[in-house]
Amino acid sequence: MLDNLYVYRRFLAVSVRAQMQYRASFIMRLGGQLIITAGEFMAILVLFDRFESLIGWNVYQVAFFYGVVNIAFALADALTTGFDLFGDMVKSGDFDRILTRPRSTALQLAGQELTLRRIGKFVPGLVALIWAAMNLDLNWTVANVGLLTLSIAGGASLFSGLIVLQATLAFWTTETLEMMNTVTYGGRETTQYPINIYRTWFRNVFTFGIPLATVSYFPSLAIMGTPDPLGTPLWFQYLAPLIGISFLYATLHVWRFGVRHYLSTGS
Amino acid sequence: MISYWAVISARFRSLLQYRSAALAGLVTQIVWGIIRVMVFQAFYRSTNAEQPISGSDVETYIWLGQAFLAALPWNIDTDLRALIRSGGIGYELVRPVNLYAYWLSRALSWRTAPMLMRAVPLLAFAFIFMGMAPPVSLEAAAAFAVSMCAAVILSAAITTFLNITMLWTITGDGVTQVTFGLVLIFSGMLVPLPLFPDWSQPVINAMPFRGLVDTPYRLYLGHIPISEFSGHLAHQLAWIVAFVIAGRIAMAKALNRVVVQGG
Repeated sequence: MLDNLYVYRRFLAVSVRAQMQYRASFIMRLGGQLIITAGEFMAILVLFDRFESLIGWNVYQVAFFYGVVNIAFALADALTTGFDLFGDMVKSGDFDRILTRPRSTALQLAGQELTLRRIGKFVPGLVALIWAAMNLDLNWTVANVGLLTLSIAGGASLFSGLIVLQATLAFWTTETLEMMNTVTYGGRETTQYPINIYRTWFRNVFTFGIPLATVSYFPSLAIMGTPDPLGTPLWFQYLAPLIGISFLYATLHVWRFGVRHYLSTGS
Repeated sequence: MISYWAVISARFRSLLQYRSAALAGLVTQIVWGIIRVMVFQAFYRSTNAEQPISGSDVETYIWLGQAFLAALPWNIDTDLRALIRSGGIGYELVRPVNLYAYWLSRALSWRTAPMLMRAVPLLAFAFIFMGMAPPVSLEAAAAFAVSMCAAVILSAAITTFLNITMLWTITGDGVTQVTFGLVLIFSGMLVPLPLFPDWSQPVINAMPFRGLVDTPYRLYLGHIPISEFSGHLAHQLAWIVAFVIAGRIAMAKALNRVVVQGG
């Protein structure tokens, strides 16, 4: 286990050094992601400037949801870039090389690249979260800090799980299914806002189908001390982020199943 | 002229082959549209105050945006990038055509073919299932069509400019992403421009990006009256000219010092 961590750290260090070789390109791409993500936050501010409230939610509460989801997404996105590249590896046969190395495939893929420019997605989320926290008058009890950490970890796990699952499908289809982006990116888009604003069927998809709401919406309510307009009990809001972590655990098992059934394209 | 037309149509036909990518894009765009419509509906339900654009107009605006998303200057020509990386760009230089016009022709197809493949089924879906409104009048429809053509040409001129920056940067990703970020915010894709704060309107109006989205869509909705059509079209044309001139200058500069990679 410790040995794996060491190898993982070495992988990431190599990846970071490689990215720093093209510094100008790195800074521009970072800037691009920063502008796009910050633009979405700006959109929220523009809309609240016009409409003042979103069915009872104020701008700080929405900024809190936005912050939690985007931090979790940026973490997952940066850590799983290797799985994004996996479809091409299957096509080209490069995955065969990975199989010959004496480490787990998931570890190697996760260590393939730590995409630093995802900081551009992380920072606007963090700024929004801090800004919201300062204006919401929150109680920073140990329980709340713990729950916030758990919520972000759960969110990052769930998004990572979805990306791993998308990659796993490439074992059978030999190409990554872009359709799955609807779930990951669409899920991020959806859960930036409190989910009670959506129609029931849609809300259910993101609560029970792809349980993204369970890792951001419910725990955030508990931290903000806001009773849920949908009426969920407090204990559920505390336990909900664990669903994200179990989801990642389950997808890694599906991944292993995929590896066992891998047929090389032979090219 | 014939040679440029040949470039446009050949490229157009080859791009039409990417149907599965178009289908994936179509599904994504529909889901996106549904999410965005629900968010805006919720905002409109939260207020009784008069807004600068009506809720139903915003819904149609969103569906137009999803339908024509691929027409925005959001990526660079990957084939050109491969040429620049491999050194094949040398062949481009010996073609008996004006290189800028040739690249602009490519960009025109690059922007229209994927857009048309998605726009037609998406608009059909939005009309039938999502209650999207037709253009307010025949005149509005005609003005929209003209303005949308100008929007695509503007987008192609911006794309060509981005392609030219690759002669310096080789990857071109960074410049493209920064540009696309600005496009998203200031074209009306994220939030329809009439909803931006009043104090910001003069700045947003002066920028080129509204010519990609906001101008044609508001003509469609009748939110810009026909009497003001010519002024808005002139704004689009002026920015097309500006990007073409900038692109030509940048290309001339780049070709003076071009280093062909590889061998």
